[in-house]
Amino acid sequence: MNKENQVGKQPGKSVSWADRIPHWVWLLISLAIAFGLWTLLSVLPATSRAFPNAIKVFGSIKTMYDRGKLLEDIGSSLRSVSVGYLLGFVTAVPIAFLMAWYKPVRFVLEPWIQFIRNIPPLAYVPLIVIAAGVGFKPQVIVIWIACFLTMCITVFQGVINVDETLIKAARVLGAKDRDIFVRVVFPATTPFILTAVRLGASVALTTLIAAESTGAIAGLGMRIRSLNNSFESAPMLLYVILIGIIGICVEKLIKYLERRLTSWQEKREI
Amino acid sequence: MAGEARNLTSTGSRPVRVKIDNVVKKFNGRNGEMVALNGVSLDIHDNEFICVVGPSGCGKSTLLNIIAGLLEPTEGKVYCDGKEVTGTGTERGVVFQQYALFPWLTVRKNVMFALEMRGLKRKEAKEKAMEYLEMVDLAKFADSYPKELSGGMKQRVAIARAYAAEPEVLLMDEPFGALDAQTRTQLQTELLETWEKHNKTCFFITHDVDEAIILAQRVIIMSARPGRIKEIVDVNIPYPRTQETKMTQEFIDLKNHIWSQVYQEYLEVRK
Repeated sequence: MNKENQVGKQPGKSVSWADRIPHWVWLLISLAIAFGLWTLLSVLPATSRAFPNAIKVFGSIKTMYDRGKLLEDIGSSLRSVSVGYLLGFVTAVPIAFLMAWYKPVRFVLEPWIQFIRNIPPLAYVPLIVIAAGVGFKPQVIVIWIACFLTMCITVFQGVINVDETLIKAARVLGAKDRDIFVRVVFPATTPFILTAVRLGASVALTTLIAAESTGAIAGLGMRIRSLNNSFESAPMLLYVILIGIIGICVEKLIKYLERRLTSWQEKREI
Repeated sequence: MAGEARNLTSTGSRPVRVKIDNVVKKFNGRNGEMVALNGVSLDIHDNEFICVVGPSGCGKSTLLNIIAGLLEPTEGKVYCDGKEVTGTGTERGVVFQQYALFPWLTVRKNVMFALEMRGLKRKEAKEKAMEYLEMVDLAKFADSYPKELSGGMKQRVAIARAYAAEPEVLLMDEPFGALDAQTRTQLQTELLETWEKHNKTCFFITHDVDEAIILAQRVIIMSARPGRIKEIVDVNIPYPRTQETKMTQEFIDLKNHIWSQVYQEYLEVRK
């Protein structure tokens, strides 16, 4: 970590003053600056209506809780995100391997995956509502589609990039097809699978608003839209922040897993 | 100059381990058909050390891959112990130039991979792996990952792993090509020691003429485009060979001869 930070700096010169301050102190400084800016936005006449101050926003935790919405919304969103995401993962991995293994599968599927991947989910949400109705089902389907496309492409790239020499080396040592898959191709692909897991999680959350515009009755994304209709900016901002916090927590967890599982790698993925 | 006619060395009396019979290999490239090997025949005897030299693109790696069973010849056949080669087999081990260690496995587990493919139980393999690592003097690094090792150490692990499969024939594709001169010399010495001790048959590809003469009993010079055996040179310098061997007149004469032959081929390729 330090090595990268030092690139381009004079050798011999020791750690800069910025490195001498512990990480957690920087985190506090960063938070303080953000709060300062937020407070500034909350007093400026042009932005004060959109950005109520922190006390009002955090006060709205109680408001929403008392209305019985807060936990219901978090629960509902987490439920559709995790179901859609898991469905995306369990379908993306085998199909990615099939695409890498069998050329016909690849030639038929890949162009469509690339095609649909570039369409914003919000655009096809109405079609899914017409087909699947309203409620939990279309939410899951929207998140599933988005996660599947991203994860499938990422894992597929990983499988076709497995070093041919490693497969040859295994074969001359007497490995059968099954050994090669389980003991070579699969571990060689883990870094890409974990990257897919991380990208998929991020896609799942960013698709949330689109997913919950399918006539959802609860959910973080749905609530933001409905609070917008009643001009309640304090709880709205609270919900925006909540989505961000969930995103950061998930990412940290996956990054931790990545470090644990792929420490053997020569270079790191970004 | 076919291979069979020139088996006049001390190895000539030994049984044939690998028989390469009129092998032709053609590839279909963008510019039409490319003939990589054009009728290569060679008998490799038991416990023999053979080095193959030739300019890049002369098909020496292709030949090695065919013997290993990783490529199929277009025409002709390869036999190992009298049986036709139709795919890979553990009696033919390969050491690759790029080491080809599994980066997600520790040094010890890389060697265990070979042992487990042979059917050893995990516990047995764990113990046995240490013997092979001791052979290449890397027991201390058993629990390191490949990324923590230098190039020379990685190649020693690869050699230990190849030995762990207990092959009769070791096929080596420029294994020391990516290493610095000192490490290369050291690994050459180690390789000769293990070869003499374990009675393996070695088929070693190199572009380094010094390396070929120091190691081999017979040096095969290949011509380029299409790849053929141009000449087989017997190296009658007794083992053990050391760095001093390189000062002897015999070595220098051989080197001049082989080098001029290889250089001619190199110029052919340049044309």
